[in-house]
Amino acid sequence: MIQGISIYHFLIVSSLMFFIGIAGFIIRQNLITILLSIELILNSVVINFLVFNRYLYPNQLQGHFFSLFIVGVAAAEASVAIALIINIYRRIRNIEADNVNEMKY
Amino acid sequence: MDFKYILLMRHELLLLLVALIILMVDLFTSDKKKFRLIKFSLLLFTIATLVGFIPVKPGVLFGGAFQGNALTDFFKDILNVAVLIVFLQSDGYLKKIENTGKTGEFFVLIILTLLGMDFMVSSGDFLTFFIGLETASIPVAGLVAFDRFKSRSAEAGVKLILLSALSSGVLLFGISLIYGATGSIYFSDIAKHVTASPLIILGFIFFLSGMGFKISLVPFHLWTADVYEGAPINITAYLSVVSKGAAVFILTIILYKVFKNVTDLWETSLYVLAVLTMTVGNLFALRQDNIKRFLAFSSIAQAGFIMVGIMGTGSLGMTSVVYFILIYVFTNLGAFGVASAISSASGVETISGYNGLYSTNPRLSLIMMLALFSLAGIPPIAGFFGKFFLFTSAGSQGYFILILIGVLNATISLYYYLGVVKAMFINKSDTPIPYFRSSNFMRLSLLLCVAGLFSIGFIGGIFEYIMSISHLLF
Repeated sequence: MIQGISIYHFLIVSSLMFFIGIAGFIIRQNLITILLSIELILNSVVINFLVFNRYLYPNQLQGHFFSLFIVGVAAAEASVAIALIINIYRRIRNIEADNVNEMKY
Repeated sequence: MDFKYILLMRHELLLLLVALIILMVDLFTSDKKKFRLIKFSLLLFTIATLVGFIPVKPGVLFGGAFQGNALTDFFKDILNVAVLIVFLQSDGYLKKIENTGKTGEFFVLIILTLLGMDFMVSSGDFLTFFIGLETASIPVAGLVAFDRFKSRSAEAGVKLILLSALSSGVLLFGISLIYGATGSIYFSDIAKHVTASPLIILGFIFFLSGMGFKISLVPFHLWTADVYEGAPINITAYLSVVSKGAAVFILTIILYKVFKNVTDLWETSLYVLAVLTMTVGNLFALRQDNIKRFLAFSSIAQAGFIMVGIMGTGSLGMTSVVYFILIYVFTNLGAFGVASAISSASGVETISGYNGLYSTNPRLSLIMMLALFSLAGIPPIAGFFGKFFLFTSAGSQGYFILILIGVLNATISLYYYLGVVKAMFINKSDTPIPYFRSSNFMRLSLLLCVAGLFSIGFIGGIFEYIMSISHLLF
């Protein structure tokens, strides 16, 4: 617990991060930036878990463990996503989401 | 040495072992001999499937994180059989010249995703659930982009990984809020503290949206058609049957066990989702010509029907959902099997390309007709019984308007299912697909599907058995 900073401050930051991530996912064109937005979402979840654990349930560790696993899974996800984005780049020579539109409706 | 761990996790450990053996053998096989790997992997996986059928006493591992009981074992057996059928059907695809070098990867990736699903099915806390879900969904993106030189396949892979990562993020945000409100990630502990407080409601909505992505319920379904179309057809079959089935099963368990105290809350949201999913899935299926897109929207509509079954809480709801998934495995894999046989023999993947199929390939058209009748729910075939019990389950809770909407949708779905039958049997074509003989593995898989379609509905013991084991959950 940090003196002078309440749980609400942390939760406001994490909620903001989450929704900035969602907005970025929808607005951004570059596939790598979309991936960054997803990382933002996952990190906001990590903050949530850590803060809930530290402030509300300080005598257990479930939230801490969960956040560690999220970091690991996020790395795996990012590596597969980047591999697939590179594959897209080799097919169409750019990674703009608007150009990945062969299939629609 | 305590054998409890090995016995309870036998499905998972066997799959891991099979995957590792195939990986090693693949490493030491030259490209010219890769075709032998198909038979070898099939043999290993069949053994793993058969061993899974041996009954074992129920138990709990790792302080409640992993649960093994008769119901989860039965469901894992369903998944194993489904994957076995998919493997049998992939024979023609893997023997294509451009895929011979990737045989090992194909088997290993599918078996590892199945491993993730098994963990997800057995999970007793949100951490195991989440890791299982991710193990089951990350490698699938690689499988979808398996034809990496085709731009459609690459596009489908990128769409799937980005959207499934987003949905995992949303799902996790929901789980974190639920953790904040209840102070635990174990299903049984959370269930004691769940009340209709704002934090729980918010968390539940995020959680349901994330799961809706995986099951492709309607406001979250937009990825389905694109991914199903771009993926190789056998992977599409895998996605639409196995991935979806496992996600539906664990969603049902979580709704019934964790959110037991707020049944009103999730029944309202599920009501809306079920109506939307059935209707939109059906209406979009009407205008498809590509067989994979067509089956994608049909599987969205079927997911809507499953949601109707979940509405009838209690063991009847659980039983009807598991029973429907069991039938759905044989039904959908029958349809995909025929589509895959045709695709690997002639490359045709459109419904208009099926014109006059009956005149050249009568047996394949008959199997396709049976599978489509089962999807539509026409009585003597298993699909009817599946839908019947789903509606019965919803009826036991008094959701008669929902059932009416469901039945209307089943009627609409007849139109497009019969459209395919009409193309095969009635429409004339100057250049029908010429006669071909599919491989023995494919014939075996189609035989299994047809046997399942005819027998499951009439062997009453299956429903009774599922009923008796799903009682244990409550």
